[in-house]
Amino acid sequence: MKKKVISSILTAVLAVSLAGCGKDENVSVVKAENSEATTSGEVIELTNVSYDPTRELYAAYNTLFEAHYEDTFGQKISVTQSHGGSGKQALEVANGLEADVVTLALEGDVQVVANAGLIEEGFTSEFPLDSSPYTSTIVFLVRSGNPKSIYDWDDLIREDVGVITPNPKTSGGAMWNYLAAWYFFEQQGQSEEEILASIKKLYGNVVVLDSGARGSTTSFVENKQGDVLLAWENEAFLSLKEYPGEYEIVVPSVSILCQPTVAVVDEVAKKHNTADAAAEYLNYLYSDEAQEIEAQNFYRPSNKDVYAKYVFSADSNTITEIPEDGKWINDNITLTDINHFGGWTDARAKHFADGAYFDQIYEQ
Amino acid sequence: MKRKSIIPGFGISFGLTITILSLVVLIPLCSLVVYAAKLSPSEFLYTVTRPRVLSGYYVSISTAFVASIVNAVMGLILAWVLVRYEFPGKRFLDGIIELPFALPTAVAGISLTHMTTTNGWIGKIFYDAFGIRIAYTRLGITIALIFIGIPFVVRSVQPVLEKIDIQCEEAAFMLGADRKTCFRKVIFPEILPALISGFTLAFARCIGEYGSVVFIAGNTPYETEIAPLLIMAQLQEFDYSAATSIALVMLLIAFVILSINALLQSSVAKRVNGKS
Repeated sequence: MKKKVISSILTAVLAVSLAGCGKDENVSVVKAENSEATTSGEVIELTNVSYDPTRELYAAYNTLFEAHYEDTFGQKISVTQSHGGSGKQALEVANGLEADVVTLALEGDVQVVANAGLIEEGFTSEFPLDSSPYTSTIVFLVRSGNPKSIYDWDDLIREDVGVITPNPKTSGGAMWNYLAAWYFFEQQGQSEEEILASIKKLYGNVVVLDSGARGSTTSFVENKQGDVLLAWENEAFLSLKEYPGEYEIVVPSVSILCQPTVAVVDEVAKKHNTADAAAEYLNYLYSDEAQEIEAQNFYRPSNKDVYAKYVFSADSNTITEIPEDGKWINDNITLTDINHFGGWTDARAKHFADGAYFDQIYEQ
Repeated sequence: MKRKSIIPGFGISFGLTITILSLVVLIPLCSLVVYAAKLSPSEFLYTVTRPRVLSGYYVSISTAFVASIVNAVMGLILAWVLVRYEFPGKRFLDGIIELPFALPTAVAGISLTHMTTTNGWIGKIFYDAFGIRIAYTRLGITIALIFIGIPFVVRSVQPVLEKIDIQCEEAAFMLGADRKTCFRKVIFPEILPALISGFTLAFARCIGEYGSVVFIAGNTPYETEIAPLLIMAQLQEFDYSAATSIALVMLLIAFVILSINALLQSSVAKRVNGKS
C-alpha cells in the first residue's frame, strides 16, 4: 500500500512539473541573487550590468561615485559590477538578473531589456546626449612599424592583408566595425552593390572571425594572427599600454561614433526602491570628475571642455605610444553615427538579420 | 502485475527514476520542442536547411567523425597499454586520461589554439616544414575534438580488456593460433562492442562540442563554422525559435547515432555470445 502512495505522489510531482514545462521557465532563473531588500539596511546596493571593456572604467568610477553619494546625501552606497559580452548581458537582465542599471555597448542591447518590459520606452532621451555619457570609435591596431602599410579602410581589402574582427552575428559590438567600413565605402561614392562587394572583400580577408571582441584581441595579440585588428579605441589603447612598443594605433579617415547606452532598469529599481540612486548613478557619469575618469580610461568624454583637454596635439594618424601628457584623442577623423543608418532597428533589419547583407556576403 | 519482483522497491525506484529523468532530461527537451514549435513547418524547414546551416552540420559531423575514428584507434592502443603492461608512472598516466573530462573546455581550446597557430611551438613546426596550418582550419577542430573524445573510448574499452580471461588466449595458442589470429579471433570480438560504444559516445559528444572548438575554429562561414556556433548566433539575435530548431536537428542526429550504437551493440553481442 505504502509503495503505491509514494509512487502516486511521485507521479503527481512529475505531472505537475511536466505541465509547467510549457511556461516561460527563463524568468525565474537568477531570481535568488540580490533578492534581499536594499531599503532596510544602511547601505544602498546598486547592481550595474555592463559589458567587457568597461571593467577598468567602472572600477574607478564606482569609487568616485560612492564617495560623491555619501558626501551629497549622507548615505552609504555600494555598487556591484557585472561584465561580459554585451548581448549576453542584455539577455541575462531580460531573463531576470536583477540589475538596477545597465550600461551596455549599444542601444540595441538595452532595447532587448526594454522589450522584456523592464525598461520604460524612451530610455534614450532619459539622460543627456541620447543617454550616452561617453563614446568611443573604431580604430585599427597594427603591428609595430606598420609592416603592411595599413592607413585606411581601403587598405583592408588588399589581398595581402589579414584582418581580425569578431562576428557581428555573435558580438553586438562588432556591428560598429562593419558599419564603419560601410560608411567609408559609401563616402568613396560607391553604389550599394559596390559597397557590398568591397565589404565582401574585406570579410574575405578576415583570418579569424571570433565570436567576441576579447577573443579577437587574443587572436591578434597572443596568437599573432592577421595584420590588423579592428578594435574599439579604448581597447586599442589598453593593448598599447599593456604591450608597449609592439603595436601601433592607426586612426582611419572616417569611422563611426560608438555610443554605449546607459539606462535605469525601471522595474527592478522600483522593486529595490533604488530608482533615485540609480538615476543619480547615471547622471553623475556626466559630471566633470566622472568625465575625466572616462577620458583617462580612453573613452571620449561627452563634455566639450573635458574633451578639449585630451585632444591629441600632433597631426599624425599613427599613435605609437600613449602620449605622456595624456592627450590621446585624435580629432582628425570624420565620425558618422547610427542615425546615418536609420537607427538600430533599421540597421539590424538591413544588415544583420537572417539573410540580410551580412549573410549575403558569405553566400557562395 | 501482481507478480513480485525478486528485488523489492521497484515502485519507488522506478518512480524516482522517472522523476529525475524528467527533471534533468525530458523537461528541458520538451521546452526545446515548445520553442521550435513556434515556427510553422515551412519556416522550420527553411531555418534548418539554409546552406549556411547545412554546412555547419557538415563541418560538425565530419570533423567529429574523423576525430572519433582516430580516437577509436588511439584509445584502443592506450587502453591496451594501460591494461596489459606494467611500467613506472602507469597510474599517473591512467589518471591523466580523464583530464579532458575535468578541464573546462574553453581552457583546452585556448591552449590548443595557442600551441597550434603558425606561431605556436607545434604549429610553427608543421607550418615551416610542411606548410600545414592547424589552428583555424578543420584540422584544428578535429584535434580539439580528439582531445575531448579520447577518454570516452579508453574508459569504455579498458574494463572489458581487464575482464578478458588470459586463459582464453592460452587456449588459443595451444590450439595453434598465432598472435595475429589470437587477437583477431579471440580478443577483438570481445572488445568490439565496448569499442563501438566508446566510439559513438565520443562521436555524439563531439558533434555538440562548442567551448573548445570556437577558439580553434576561426569560425569562417562555410569553412570552419560549426553548428553550435550558428545556434549561438541565433541566440544573439534573440531568435529562440531558430536557435532551438537547429538544436532540435542536432539532437535528432545525436539520437540516430546513439540508436545505431544500440543496434550495433546488440547484434555484435549476439554474434559473440552465440545465438541465445
